[in-house]
Amino acid sequence: MRFMIIVKATKDSEAEVMPIGPAWEPLFAEMAKYHEELQRAGVLLDASGLQPSSKGWRIKYSGGKRTVTDGPFTEAKELVAGYTLIQVKSREEALEWTRRFPNPALEDCEIEVRQLYELDDFGPSESVERFRKLDLA
Amino acid sequence: MTSDTHRAIDAVWRIESAKVIAGLARIVGDVGLAEDLAQDALVAALERWPESGVPDNPGAWLMATAKHRAIDQLRRGKLLDRKHEQLGHELEALQRSPEPDLHAALDDHVGDDVLSLIFTACHPVLATEARVALTLRLLGGLTTEEIARAFLVPKATIAQRIVRAKRTLAAARVPFEVPRGAELAGRLASVLEVIYLVFNEGYSATAGDDWVRPALCEDALRLGRILAELAQQEPEVHGLVALMEIQASRLRARVGPSGEPILLLDQDRGRWDHLLIGRGLAAL
Repeated sequence: MRFMIIVKATKDSEAEVMPIGPAWEPLFAEMAKYHEELQRAGVLLDASGLQPSSKGWRIKYSGGKRTVTDGPFTEAKELVAGYTLIQVKSREEALEWTRRFPNPALEDCEIEVRQLYELDDFGPSESVERFRKLDLA
Repeated sequence: MTSDTHRAIDAVWRIESAKVIAGLARIVGDVGLAEDLAQDALVAALERWPESGVPDNPGAWLMATAKHRAIDQLRRGKLLDRKHEQLGHELEALQRSPEPDLHAALDDHVGDDVLSLIFTACHPVLATEARVALTLRLLGGLTTEEIARAFLVPKATIAQRIVRAKRTLAAARVPFEVPRGAELAGRLASVLEVIYLVFNEGYSATAGDDWVRPALCEDALRLGRILAELAQQEPEVHGLVALMEIQASRLRARVGPSGEPILLLDQDRGRWDHLLIGRGLAAL
């Protein structure tokens, strides 16, 4: 089963503060060490940091209309700044790995963990099949 | 005991057991003894952690506890002579060095130790099926029961296979190390064979009613990824991981809704896993 560790945005990440310099060094080293451990344990699938919401956009759907809104967006805690995707044997194993996730910021912040749907989670039906394709497209 | 803590301990074991067993094997020179010591530490954790909570560094806790068990055994004269001296040195160092240094020292060794454990569990002196069982047990963190279920054989058969494998390794005095030079190629082939065999059994099951058993494929992939990280300079390892990632990407498209096999040309490509395809190509 796969889990996504979602790192929530902070003021720094939204302000595009690059994590370089002496203050960031210990944090960066810990993050590298943690991901090395994931890799050595064969559970790491993917990981990336996301650029700030000021460089992104949203598309809102309402009554058949779609509207594009450019970033930045407020409420940093509701934005995503990065993710780490892992594949493990059990929910408990995921919990244990995520308990060890280093603090990803120099300020207060949080990470959120969500399990990915596997295709087996859905019963067989034609519309589910179509959703699956959308999902993977 | 709460079952939550129990499951947490299972998870810790799955994450830490290979590292702990490997670290101990380096010290005591015997994989079987190392696993016994690690199991003792696990039992201690099962007794202790439900009350105290899971420690901040559970791997170091298990390792320290196992080493203390080793000292106890040493005192009771249960260890073989040839191990005494080595163990004595290690334990002295353990008592001398302050905790953080010890952790750093252990960290330095971890990669090599785990790699040594892979090569030992897959040693050609063992029959292929013994190598498979021992590797899943020592490196995959699977219980004897889980291995038995995966290969659809009685639990006693797997238990017996593992006991015999450990005895064979001890009798042959297989050194706990990563083979070098001319020996490496042959030994590596022996490891890759085990990993691919586990993968294949999951990918096109030879026994049982299921056409595929994805959990075994995932176990093999995990082993392959570990090996690829620890033996980065070996192209054959990356080749195997690439092959497995790409084959596994089609895993979910290989069976229809009622479990019937679907051949490659008839597969719905939308059901292929593009992340794994990407990983497979990257491994090449």
